[in-house]
Amino acid sequence: MFEALREALIEEMKLDPTVCVMGEDVGHYGGSYKVTKGLAEMFGDLRVLDTPIAENSFTGMGIGAAMKGLRPVVEGMNMGFLLLAYNQISNNCGMLHYTSGGQFKIPVVIRGPGGVGRQLGAEHSQRLESYFQSIPGLQMVACSTPYNAKGLMKAAIRSENPVVLFEHVLLYNMKEKIPDEEYICCLEEAEMVRPGEHVTILTYSRMRYHVMQAAKTLVNKGYDPEVIDIRSLKPFDLHTIGNSIKKTHRVLIVEECMRTGGIGASLRSAIIDNFWDYLDAPIMCLSSQDVPTPYAATLEDATVVQPAQIVAAVEQICQ
Amino acid sequence: MAALWLARASSQLARRAARRHPPLRRPSRHGGEPASPWLLGPAAQPPVLGSPPLPAAERAFRRGFCSVRSFAGESSAAAASDEEEPENGFAGGDQQALDFPGGKVSLVAEMNFLPESHGERISCYRVLDDDGRTISGSRFQEVSKEVALKMYSEMVTLQIMDNIFYEAQRQGRISFYLTSNGEEAINIASAAALSADDIVLPQYREPGVLLWRGFTLQEFANQCFGNNMDYGKGRQMPIHYGSNRLNYFTVSSPIATQLPQAVGAAYSLKMDKKDACAITYFGDGGTSEGDFHAALNFAAVMEAPVIFFCRNNGWAISTPTTEQFRSDGVVVRGQAYGIRGIRVDGNDALAVYSAVHAAREMAITEGRPILVEALTYRVGHHSTSDDSTKYRPVDEIEHWRTARDPISRYRKWVQGNDWWSDSEESELRNRVRKELLQAIQVAERMPKPPVTELFTDVYDQIPSNLREQEQLLRDTIMKHPSDYPTDVPV
Repeated sequence: MFEALREALIEEMKLDPTVCVMGEDVGHYGGSYKVTKGLAEMFGDLRVLDTPIAENSFTGMGIGAAMKGLRPVVEGMNMGFLLLAYNQISNNCGMLHYTSGGQFKIPVVIRGPGGVGRQLGAEHSQRLESYFQSIPGLQMVACSTPYNAKGLMKAAIRSENPVVLFEHVLLYNMKEKIPDEEYICCLEEAEMVRPGEHVTILTYSRMRYHVMQAAKTLVNKGYDPEVIDIRSLKPFDLHTIGNSIKKTHRVLIVEECMRTGGIGASLRSAIIDNFWDYLDAPIMCLSSQDVPTPYAATLEDATVVQPAQIVAAVEQICQ
Repeated sequence: MAALWLARASSQLARRAARRHPPLRRPSRHGGEPASPWLLGPAAQPPVLGSPPLPAAERAFRRGFCSVRSFAGESSAAAASDEEEPENGFAGGDQQALDFPGGKVSLVAEMNFLPESHGERISCYRVLDDDGRTISGSRFQEVSKEVALKMYSEMVTLQIMDNIFYEAQRQGRISFYLTSNGEEAINIASAAALSADDIVLPQYREPGVLLWRGFTLQEFANQCFGNNMDYGKGRQMPIHYGSNRLNYFTVSSPIATQLPQAVGAAYSLKMDKKDACAITYFGDGGTSEGDFHAALNFAAVMEAPVIFFCRNNGWAISTPTTEQFRSDGVVVRGQAYGIRGIRVDGNDALAVYSAVHAAREMAITEGRPILVEALTYRVGHHSTSDDSTKYRPVDEIEHWRTARDPISRYRKWVQGNDWWSDSEESELRNRVRKELLQAIQVAERMPKPPVTELFTDVYDQIPSNLREQEQLLRDTIMKHPSDYPTDVPV
């Protein structure tokens, strides 16, 4: 997947000279996850900028550059570090287009790896999508496959709005064949992963793979789950989701966020607001507990939703 | 013996390095004149980390830690780019100097701590004395009569604008205001030294820069009243002006957030190779923010053409500078980041003008950031929400308001040149006052932005959820019209 992201960056940087990349170790080091490998050699030091360690400041720098007409792609070495940039992201990135009366636009892309990895400890295993979801003016997407990673990156760069692109640490080495021709994924669209009839399972990022693993077991047990990768975390693609709910009448949300204030919590309330009449069972949401991610492997596994739990949840909903 | 060998090896490598590249005063990615007529003393050679830039045709710019192997010689960086086995010149027992990342450092046997201050405060550049006469021997940037008079009349306009809007707030006609009393010279003179292409990122006490560039009194009033002619569409509180046409970024309340943004704007100018710089203003309080530190550091590392203009006016709401920092003001911090700086008398219009003029030239031609610390005083309260007599003596305020007033000081100079008279003074003041009162009346009567503008510009296109929320609001207003103001179009 890291190659897909890199391809997207290269294509967009070739097409549009205002696209630039900034972040820690993105230049000559090639990025901590190799997403920007080789870019500095191709496009030069000024378009692939290595920054000192001050997330609030290089995000602020990206915002200033965007207000002046560039299209920066800001990389956080880990999404958790972007908490230091929260002030710039919320007060300026999200707000300035509005408070300036539309005079200044901020077409930045803020991206980086997040999610629970393999024993990276609490500070490096954060799910910031839940923290950013309230910020007005921001758009959020989460990629999960090389195909949608490339498409979403391109779309995010071309968007006039600030977009936060959430990648997952454990998915960078995913491999997939992707088309040679140019393609873009729509930022606001969800992805139908597996059509089905019995239950709608809504998920995103790494949990998609746990869900698909559970789906194999469920199919063997005679269930027919419909799996949707919601991809767009802000705004939700209520059109696709709604159509699915109208068909299956049962919803299970599987996420990596914490229970309180997670994406699942918002999604649940959006579904209740819009599709209450179509539901035959309460919406179930499987999420991580409200704890910092522990380091020990056994504990870490226990805090992430596992396929067995997903199977059990579907069985319970479909009773 | 080792020392002699090292010296020979050094000179060998130095000669090789010199043959390869012409001697560079400092590592600059984008060239630029190293010399500057305003520079006090010789420019210290900054430490070189990594190889000097190679022509674009050659392989990419290489940087990195000096490897252990290439510790030898004058320029360990040149050795690193040689790609040959350097002689192991690292004599471990060398007493004189050692190559650390960043360059050679000489070693001493005595343990000496650097003092926390220079002892004497950095001196302050001024051109006009307290009576508005140019100090003999002072060097300054000449201004034409036209520019000089424009500077004066805009300073007066700013003062009158501040007084009248402040009063309007007190009368309840606008909700909030903050003045630039005492800082008129900083506002106008710095703006006069810039070009229209230079990008301004203000804190909030610099409306004079916008005034200089042509923002009209009506436009100021519209923003303060938040009517439908406000460019901000009524979304920000008063004094949060912004104009992309005049290259003045919209004011954002949080302190110092504009500093790293200025570096980004300068970076954009550099990529476009524009003959322009970015300038960003902030107060003494703003220098405590983390963004100040990182922005200066970034600007230095990136060689960004940005002027960091600090209005050291003595107070951050109720916090005096003695409680804000313990350094000798702000100018000394520039050196900590490798940035050139100057301390200037902020109430001296000609000094501010000259300093910004020189800073701009250096920033653009040499591709470097400059720090300007203007010493001044915040004569007014922090804002209409503050009463500064609660935390500072009234006679201190009075002293700065009268004896140190930048406007009267500059007027004395202008009048001394026979460029201005008392009758022109009263004519100007009357005209501005009338125009302003008129603008306020017009702004007050103008309708407010319609409810649709509550939902636009959050994104480039209105998304469906906001459209729904707008419909919900409209329905609610239609059902309960008496609960909503009648002068807001639905």
